[in-house]
Formats: sequence, C-alpha cells, structure tokens
Amino acid sequence: MARRHFEIRTQPGFGLVALFTFAILYLPIAVLVVYAFNASESVTVWGGFSVKWFAEAWNNSAVQDAAWRSLVIAVFAAVIATFAATMAAIATTRTAPYPGQGFQYAFINQPLMVPEIVTAVALLIVFSRLKVWTGYSGLGWLILAHTAFCIPFAYLPIRARLEGMDLTLERAAADLYATPWQAFRRVTLPLLRPGIIAGFMLAFVISLDDVVITEFVKSGGQDTLPTYMLGQIRRTVTPEVNAIATAFLALSIILVTGFFLINRRKT
Amino acid sequence: MASAAEIASQARRTEVRDRWLLSAPALLIIFVAAIGPLFVMLAYSFMVKGDYGDVKFGQYSLDGWFSVFLQRDIFDDTLTFADAHLSIFWRSIKLSFLTTVSTLLLGFPTAYFIATRPRHTREIWVFLVTIPFWTNLLIRTFAMQQVIRNEGIVNSLLRWVGVIDEPLQIMHTDWAILFGMVYVYLPLMVLPLYASMEKLDFRLVEAGYDLYAGRLQVLRRIIIPLVSPGIIAGSILVFIPSLGAYVIPRVLGGGKNMMLGNLIELQFGAGRNWPLGAALSITLMVLVMVALLFYVRNASRSGATHG
Repeated sequence: MARRHFEIRTQPGFGLVALFTFAILYLPIAVLVVYAFNASESVTVWGGFSVKWFAEAWNNSAVQDAAWRSLVIAVFAAVIATFAATMAAIATTRTAPYPGQGFQYAFINQPLMVPEIVTAVALLIVFSRLKVWTGYSGLGWLILAHTAFCIPFAYLPIRARLEGMDLTLERAAADLYATPWQAFRRVTLPLLRPGIIAGFMLAFVISLDDVVITEFVKSGGQDTLPTYMLGQIRRTVTPEVNAIATAFLALSIILVTGFFLINRRKT
Repeated sequence: MASAAEIASQARRTEVRDRWLLSAPALLIIFVAAIGPLFVMLAYSFMVKGDYGDVKFGQYSLDGWFSVFLQRDIFDDTLTFADAHLSIFWRSIKLSFLTTVSTLLLGFPTAYFIATRPRHTREIWVFLVTIPFWTNLLIRTFAMQQVIRNEGIVNSLLRWVGVIDEPLQIMHTDWAILFGMVYVYLPLMVLPLYASMEKLDFRLVEAGYDLYAGRLQVLRRIIIPLVSPGIIAGSILVFIPSLGAYVIPRVLGGGKNMMLGNLIELQFGAGRNWPLGAALSITLMVLVMVALLFYVRNASRSGATHG
C-alpha cells in the first residue's frame, strides 16, 4: 500500500508559527508606512491617500536641521571609526599571539558589552563637565561619542575579512621589492576593500540609528532625527512623524540591501 | 656583538610596539568616550549628591549605594527597603525573562522553518529577518505603539469582530513593554538559532525516526540538544538588551511602568541624585556581566561536548 511520503524535516505547526512571526515582524512597520500616506489630520482615522505629510516634514525646518545633523555626525563618526578600526584590525590579526592582544580585542569590543543607557549617563557625567571646562559644546562631543561605539561595529567585518586573507600575496610583493607601504597600498588594501566598505556601512547605520547616547550627550538645540522623533512621539502625534519614520526606514532598507549584496558578492 | 637570537627578539619587540601604535587611535577613542567615563561614574557613585544635580566634588558618601536598595525614613531615620526600586528591579528582570521565553517560543520554530527551506530560498528568509533587525529601534517601537494603542489596529479589529466593546488598555502597561520588546528583539533570537540549525545534521534526525522515535521525541532528544548553543546565544542576546531597555519602556510603558534604564535616567533628570544614578548604572552593568559570564561558561561547556 502506498504510504504518504514521510518528510523527516517537518515538525508539525512550525510553519504556522514561522508565518505568525513574519506577520509580527512586518505588520507594525506596514501600519506605520500606510498611515504616513494618510490625508487625515489624525493617525487614527483613514482620510484617503496623500503625500502631504512628506511635504510637511520636508519643509519643516526643525526636521531639516535634525536630518542634516544626523548625517554630519554619521559621516564623521563612521569615517573616523572605519580608519581607526582598520588600523586596529591590521594590528590585531595575522600574527603570532603577542602580549596585550587579548586585552586590545576586549577593549575594542567593550562598547558592545555595556548597556547603552549606562554608557549614556557616564558620558553625560564626563562631557557635561568637560563642556563647562573647555567652553566648547558643539557637535564634536556627539561625533566623539558616536565614533567610540561605532568602532567595534566597523572592526568586526574588517577583522573577519583579514582573517580570511593569508600573508602569501604580501610576501610575494615584498619578494618583488615592494616597500611595506607599496605592498599595503597595492595588495592588502584592494583585498580588504569589501570588509572596509561593510564596516563603514555598519558604522554609518549604527550612528544614524542611535537614540540613547545622543539623547544624553547632546547640548540644547542639537537634536538628531531620532531624538527629534522621540520628542515628537511624546507630544501629539500627527502622521508627519510617520512620514519621517517611513523615509528613515527606506534609507535603512537601501543601506541594508547594499550591505547584503556586497557580502553576497564576496562569498 | 648581537647574537641572532637577540636580533630576532629585538625585531619581535619592534613588531609588538608597531602593533600597539597601530591600534592606539581606536583604543584611545574608546578609552575617552566609553571606558574612561565608566570609571568616573564609579567614583561619582561614592560622592555626595549636589543640590541641583551633579555631585559635591571631593565629598564622599555611601548614600548613593545605600539608596539602591534602602531608604531612610525622614522622621525617625529608620532604614527600610526601597520598595519602589525593588519593584523596578523585579519588573526589569521579570519582563526580560518573559521576553526571552516568548522570543524563544516564536523564534525556534521560525529558525527551524528557515533552516529546512531549499538552500537558495533560505537566504531570502534570513534577509527578511535582517531588515527589521537593522531598522531603527525607535521607529519599531513607534510602530508597535500605533498597533497596540486604544485606537490602534488590534483594538479596532477586536471591536469589529465584537469580542470587546471598550478598547483594551494595552499602552502604558507591562504588557505594552513586553509586546514591544518581543517585537524588537525577535530577530536577535532567530538569527543565532538559525546559524546553529543550519549546521544540523539531518541524518541524526533520520536515525531517530528509524529507531521509532516520534516527532516530539526527535525534537526533544535530538534537535534541541544539538542546537543548544544557538538557544543559549539567542537567549543571552535578547536578555541583555532587554535588561537595559530604555526607549521601549519610555515610549510604551509611560511614566509609571519604569524599567531600570528609566529609573537611571530619572536620577539624572528630575530626581537630581547623580550618585544614586551612578550606583544604579553600575548595578545594571554587574547584572549584565553576570548574564554574560553565565553565557561564557555554558558556551564553553556545550562547545566541549559538541565540538
């Protein structure tokens, strides 16, 4: 008698739970995006399709300032973090263990181990005093704080990439009378490029997304897009916040997709 | 004259020095803007609180640490447990634990589902988990707020179906925080679980069935033990950020349902008690370290048995 094929991989009900999980992951985002296109004044009643909230957000000078500030901080923090992380990754990989290697590794990854709120209040304590002492309260403090927590995120993919590269090609370059700098510039750097790009993009997204540390380090009038939204959410909510969030979301998805494609090409 | 060994050790010293110099910028930035401030905060936790926030420099006291768990009666100076703080500690641990369990119950079947798809579609499913993971935490919290509030989609649906007449008050309750954390941290559970399920050897599952095990037995005796490193990694990745959650309870829990992160913020804001805030922060950090140590011990143990 023909028996139904017995699929050993199946577990009853798991598919249903998985679909439920994906629904949970995407339903709230979908609701948020749909209401960004709501013509009505309130986020609760559907008043027809409209893009007026995007226009409103675009023309809101507070939003413009915050978006610009977010971008400036993210670019500076990600560039500095990527430079520092690349150097540190080259220093800590492809060598026999040396004194302090483990210490350096733990030190660089430290920002990942501490809850963000703890780092945030510690920075508030130190930077608020430094701001008084130095008389400087510009964006530099935010860039410094962002750079610190971006370094481990930039470091991880660069280190991973380096560990997959052996020293054969650099040795060959040296045999052909390349100076160490030429070997680095012509051999190591091109091979390392995907790792560096991935590290930079991670650092950029992490900086752009940060709420907690920014909220505690910023001086008056230094809202970034996330802290601006945090302030708005507590007040009366109009679909304008949805529009900002939707635009932000689109940017994140583009960056993540780019990251995904770069990683895929690599393998 | 220098021997060959001396020259070699000299070269080695130079190399080590260069490696330190090369990592110096990263180490310096992290010291200035991450690790250093933690030590300053430790010092602040032993100082006398200032009248309008900050501390009185150079005046030391253990009051900050005492007030983490105890409070002094203003009339007769008797010490009692600080019930408000203890209930916030309890809420943080309880909600983090419930979040971990809920994400595991949802994430385990999901990761298994992805791991059993054909190879070329797996990548797409993983990508679908990754997108919410990289979406701004605040945006996702805000999205959850729109779903669960009184006029939100959940309440509208339940009223339309006729299950309820009055909207369920979910916002500003512990439930709201729990839903928010489960939603936000779900990818952190699914990804490590998937990573270990992808390596699962289904010949072992087949052997189980050949030996007359049922579906549940195979799951309990073969699959779960084999993917336990993923279960531990996912649980720790969810539990730790839950414990330190700040944005989610602030947006969804409202003023009353605070978690540790919000209690800390309060001390630096309206509470104007920086030493207490510093002591609470260090307490939170210690809790996280304990969870991490637990993880490291378990990870090395399961690595020893399965690796």
